[in-house]
Amino acid sequence: MSAIYTRRHIKNIAAKVLATAAIIIGLVFLVWILWITLVNGISAFNWRLFTKITAYGPDGGLSNAIVGSLIMDLIAIAICAPIGVLAGTYLAECASSSKFGATVRFLNDILLSAPSIVLGLFVYVIVVIPSTSLSGGAVSFSGFAGSVALALIGLPVIVRTTDEMMQLVPTTLREAALSLGIPQWKMTLQVLMRAAMSGIITGILLALARLAGETAPLLFTAFGNNYMSVHPLDKMASLPVAIYQYTNDPNPTLHAIAWAGALLITLFVLALSLLTRLLFSRKKVSYD
Amino acid sequence: MQANRPETAARDIEHRSRKDARHDRIFRGILRFCALLVLAALLGAALSTLWGGREVLFKDGFHFLTSDAWNPVTDNYGALAPIYGTLVTSIIAIVLAVPVSFGIALFLTELAPGWLRGPVATAIELLAAIPSIIYGMWGLFIFVPFMADHVEPHLADTLGKIPFIGAVFDGPPLGLGILTAGIVLAVMILPFISSVMREVFQTVPSRLKESAYALGSTTWEVVWDIVLPYTRSAVIGGIFLGLGRALGETMAVTFVLGNSYNITASLLMPGTSISSSIANEFNEAVGLHRSALIALGFLLFVVTFIVLLIARLMLRQLAKREGK
Repeated sequence: MSAIYTRRHIKNIAAKVLATAAIIIGLVFLVWILWITLVNGISAFNWRLFTKITAYGPDGGLSNAIVGSLIMDLIAIAICAPIGVLAGTYLAECASSSKFGATVRFLNDILLSAPSIVLGLFVYVIVVIPSTSLSGGAVSFSGFAGSVALALIGLPVIVRTTDEMMQLVPTTLREAALSLGIPQWKMTLQVLMRAAMSGIITGILLALARLAGETAPLLFTAFGNNYMSVHPLDKMASLPVAIYQYTNDPNPTLHAIAWAGALLITLFVLALSLLTRLLFSRKKVSYD
Repeated sequence: MQANRPETAARDIEHRSRKDARHDRIFRGILRFCALLVLAALLGAALSTLWGGREVLFKDGFHFLTSDAWNPVTDNYGALAPIYGTLVTSIIAIVLAVPVSFGIALFLTELAPGWLRGPVATAIELLAAIPSIIYGMWGLFIFVPFMADHVEPHLADTLGKIPFIGAVFDGPPLGLGILTAGIVLAVMILPFISSVMREVFQTVPSRLKESAYALGSTTWEVVWDIVLPYTRSAVIGGIFLGLGRALGETMAVTFVLGNSYNITASLLMPGTSISSSIANEFNEAVGLHRSALIALGFLLFVVTFIVLLIARLMLRQLAKREGK
C-alpha cells in the first residue's frame, strides 16, 4: 500500500522538478541569446553605423541598410495593411459562417506559418523575372519586390487579428447602426472599424514586428546594395541582409558591425512586440 | 404640391435604398476580392515555384527526388541530400522541443504561482519574437564553438563508442552540423509548441481537474491522465505547427549546418537543408541550377503545407468540441 504511495509521490516530484528544469532551459536560452546580442552589439556600437554606408566595409556603417529597411518595411505595411484589414473584415462581417469564409480563414492560418523563403521565391518568379524581361534588364531585383515579399509575410497576421477583433465587437452595435438605416459599408467603416481600431492597429504593429526581422525572402527580391538607394525600383540594402552578408564574411571587424545591426533590429522588434502586449494585453488573441 | 410630398419622399427613399444596396454590393465585392488575394498568395506560391522548377522536376521522371547528386558543373541535380537534412534537423528539433515545451506548459498551468505565470509566459514567447537571423548569428559565433568544445567531444567519447548507434554520434567535433542545427531549431520552435500547449491546457474544465484532485490524484496524474487526454488532438496539432516552422526555417540553420551535400549517418557531420541550399546558392545560380533550387522550394512548400494542414485540422478538433 505505502509502496504505491511512495512511488506516486516520487513520480510527482520528478515531474515537477523536470517541468521546472524545462522552464529554466527556455529562459536560459532566451537570456543567453539576448545577452550575447546586447554585449556584442553595444561593444561594436558606433555613430558611424548611422552615417556611413556599407560600401566602406570595415570602416563603414549601416546607414544605407537602415534606410533601405525602413523604406521596404513601410511600403510592405502600406501594401498589406489595407488588403489585410479588408480581408479580415470580410471574414468577420460577410463570411463569418460561410464555407468560403471558413476556407479562407483556414488557409490564412497556413500562410501564417508558411516558409518565408518560399514566399521569396514566389515573388522572384512573379515580380523579379517579369520586371527584368519587361524593362530589358534595367530593373531586376528591386526594393519594391522586397516589399511585396515582406507584405506577404505581414498579410496573414493582419487578416487574423482584424478578423478576431471585429468579431469581438458586440452584435448590438451592428443592430443599432443598421436599425437607423445606415448602409452596411458605412456601418462597417464608421462604427465597427472605429470600435475595433485599437485591435487593428495591434495587428499592423505585430505584422511590422514580424516582417522587420525577415531575411530569407529579401535575398533574391531586394538583393542588397552597398550604396545608398532610395528608389524602390533599385536594388536595395536592408539590415537583415547586410547582417547576413557580414556574418558570412571572414573579417571580424565586419562581424562586429553585424552584431551592432543585430542589436538594432532585435531592440526594434522586441520593443514593438512588448509594446503591443502591454498596450492591448486585455484583448488577448494568439498569433502562433 | 402638398399631395405630392409623400410621393416624392417615397421615391427618395426608394432611390436612396437602391443606391445603398448598390454601394453595399460594391463594398462586399472589394472585401471579397481582398480575401481572395489571401488564397491567391498561397496558390501563387505553389504554382510559381512549380513553374519555375519545371525543367528539373519533370526531367527524367523521379530522378530529382531519388538522386543524391548535386553538381552545378555537370548540371545534375538530386534533392535527396537537402530533403534528408531538412527532415533530420526537424526531427531532432521536435524530439528535443516537445518534452521541454510540455514541461513549460505544465509549469505555467499547474505549478507556477499566479504572479509568476504572466511574466514567464511572456518571456518564453519573446523567444518567438527574436528574428531568425539573430538565432543564426548566435548559433554560428557562440553555439557552434560551445558544441565543438564542450558537447560533441563527450558525445563522441561516450555514445559514439557504443556499437551500432555509435555511428550516429561519431565524427570530428566540428561544432557545425546536423545536431547543432537541430538544437538551434528546437530553441526556435519551443515558444510555438509551448504556447499552444499552455493555451489548450487552460481550456480543460476545472471541474474535471478538481474531481481528479479530490480523488487524491497527484499533479502529475492530473496532467498525464486528465489534461493530456482531453487536449490530445490540439497538442498534436501544436507539435505539427512546430514541425512546420522547423521544416521551413532558413536563417537559423544556414549558418550552422555547414553546407555539405553528403548524406552521412553521423549527426556531428555537416549537411544541408532545402532552405539553406536555396539561401546559399540562389544568387550565384543560373539556368538549370536556379531551376533546381526553385524546384526545391516547391518541395518544401508542399511538405510544409501538408504538415500545417494536419496541424490546423488537429487544432480545430478541440475548438469544435469547445463549441467555438
